[in-house]
Amino acid sequence: MFGLEKKDANLLLFVAALAIFAPFILNPFPEGSAMAQFNAGYPDLMQRFAIFGIFAIGFNILFGLTGYLSFGHAAFLGVGSYAAVWMFKLLSMNVIPAIILAVIISGLFALVIGYVSLRRSGIYFSILTLAFAQMCFALAYSVLTPITGGETGLQLALDDPRILGVSQTPEGNIPVPGLFGLEMRESFEMAVGPWVFTFNIGYYFCAIIMLLSFYLAIRIFRSPFGMMLRAIKSNQQRLNYTGLNPRPYTLAAFVISGMYAGLAGGLMASMDPLAGAERMQWTASGEVVLMTILGGVGTLIGPVLGAGLLKYMENILSKINKGVLEGWFSFMPDGMSDTFVFLTNLFVGKQWHITTGVIFMLVIIFLPGGLVELGKRISGMFRKKDDDNTKSAKAEPAE
Amino acid sequence: MGILEVKDVGKRFGGLQALGDVNLSVKEQTCHAIIGPNGAGKSTLLNCLVGKLIPDTGSVMFDGSSVLGRSPHEINQMGISRVFQTPEIFGDLTVMENMMIPLFAKRDGAYRLHAIESVDSEKSLIEQAHQMLEEVNMIDKRDMHAASMSRGDKRRLEMAMCLVQNPKLLLLDEPTAGMARADTNNTIDLLKEIKEKRDITIAIIEHDMHVVFSLADRITVLAQGTPLVEDTPENIKGHPKVQEAYLGETQQV
Repeated sequence: MFGLEKKDANLLLFVAALAIFAPFILNPFPEGSAMAQFNAGYPDLMQRFAIFGIFAIGFNILFGLTGYLSFGHAAFLGVGSYAAVWMFKLLSMNVIPAIILAVIISGLFALVIGYVSLRRSGIYFSILTLAFAQMCFALAYSVLTPITGGETGLQLALDDPRILGVSQTPEGNIPVPGLFGLEMRESFEMAVGPWVFTFNIGYYFCAIIMLLSFYLAIRIFRSPFGMMLRAIKSNQQRLNYTGLNPRPYTLAAFVISGMYAGLAGGLMASMDPLAGAERMQWTASGEVVLMTILGGVGTLIGPVLGAGLLKYMENILSKINKGVLEGWFSFMPDGMSDTFVFLTNLFVGKQWHITTGVIFMLVIIFLPGGLVELGKRISGMFRKKDDDNTKSAKAEPAE
Repeated sequence: MGILEVKDVGKRFGGLQALGDVNLSVKEQTCHAIIGPNGAGKSTLLNCLVGKLIPDTGSVMFDGSSVLGRSPHEINQMGISRVFQTPEIFGDLTVMENMMIPLFAKRDGAYRLHAIESVDSEKSLIEQAHQMLEEVNMIDKRDMHAASMSRGDKRRLEMAMCLVQNPKLLLLDEPTAGMARADTNNTIDLLKEIKEKRDITIAIIEHDMHVVFSLADRITVLAQGTPLVEDTPENIKGHPKVQEAYLGETQQV
């Protein structure tokens, strides 16, 4: 199906199903119940899942396949956002040209940065990419203010030209990003008993792009190009002496993953038409590294899961404050509940980073293959049981 | 005129003259062995042939054109394949993938971005890889992780990866180093078979005299960076200078 092997096609269908039914899957708890704060099925967060999924899928093409750890990928995300917002300012509020420009501009940036950075490998490569990204960040904050809006960020204004659109709506507002009349922010709600599910145009747009990106990533993984990238990670010396030049391959991987990042940045701007320099900061670059490692480096679905997990923790854990905790532990005797609130409070709210840090360390130490390895181990345990059963029944020799 | 012509090649590392005025001519479709005690400059010479090192003086001509200043991948594309002292393979990839990469390099050159079509759709390359694996008796290991194989198998795989490109010149850097006797004999048989079946020239660096004398048509003895003597195996065996510089020592051990 789609030119994919059965296993990959199934994976694609699985991700498609997750994406389509996300508003249901992420909202398992009835509205107004005590658990409702764990619901993640609101448009803003679902868009983030899809957007950062794209970002991580692209990053994994570079890091997962070639082993080159870029520490400056957020620069391409930021560049993509700026490009998209400029398209909204100058051309029209249609998201398609904005996204196309975001991908092209970030691809050009990646070409230049990659060309220089890929002269080195290992830690030196990481440092070079980090330096470039921080440079982009610093420039966006200072001298490039006319283009980037500096500290306030790049925003739409009522007097923007928008040659193919309108500068302002008849009501005198700034128009919103859309796709041929479909506004990205539009959603409709469906109530089933106490449950409320939100379906948002912007989210489904992001989800479709995410699925296309995922499909493209599968094709790259299974192509001769993908195999060469894995060969680069495995043994560059042998690759050289086999008559292949690793440089253009790594550069192509770098540019492709930079374009993925630009696509994610363009989508971010399409959901919320503003762009700020903080999107390029090194913490943002570190985040995509975390996502990829949490999910499983070099696996297809890992980065998507990692992005989901990290964004879920960021948005849900940080919402839990002391008041909520006191509610949870109120059934306990006074002194005990205070202790529990105090202890739990260290890991939620503003301190959600601590939880992420602990989970990240646990994953690195016990599950170097990330969430995907966890899944494999669990399914392996079941399979082993099945094997044991069949073996005792048939008494076949083990392989 | 040989397929490989080394003229007056010299290489100096700081104060050490690793190679001085090496002249070597490898005739087409022969097996030429380069022997010599440790530190004689054998590996340095080899590295000068494949583009890893650039000699300070002299010239290296392969098949009518110079290899100097070219990078290893360009030299490979000219038709030189190299087997390393410790097998260099793609450990994270399967045996089959290890075979496919040299085939792609042979067909598509040093670089081609074919990112959309799947590897599995390259039927004719897969067929060639299968044939080669059958030739080296590894077809049953095709889906194995290359890193998980024994050293002997890794060596055979590396050899197969080089041969599948149909190189004009195969360079072997101590192909039997650290091998058990049985594995060594297998390797000798494999190389003999290759020599008979293919129009290939082999240059081999080797410590093991058993290997050298069973394979080589001509032998160059290198000592302290310069060729001591070049002759047929029969003459080398009895050569007094060689006995003194190299074989004598080995036999005493």
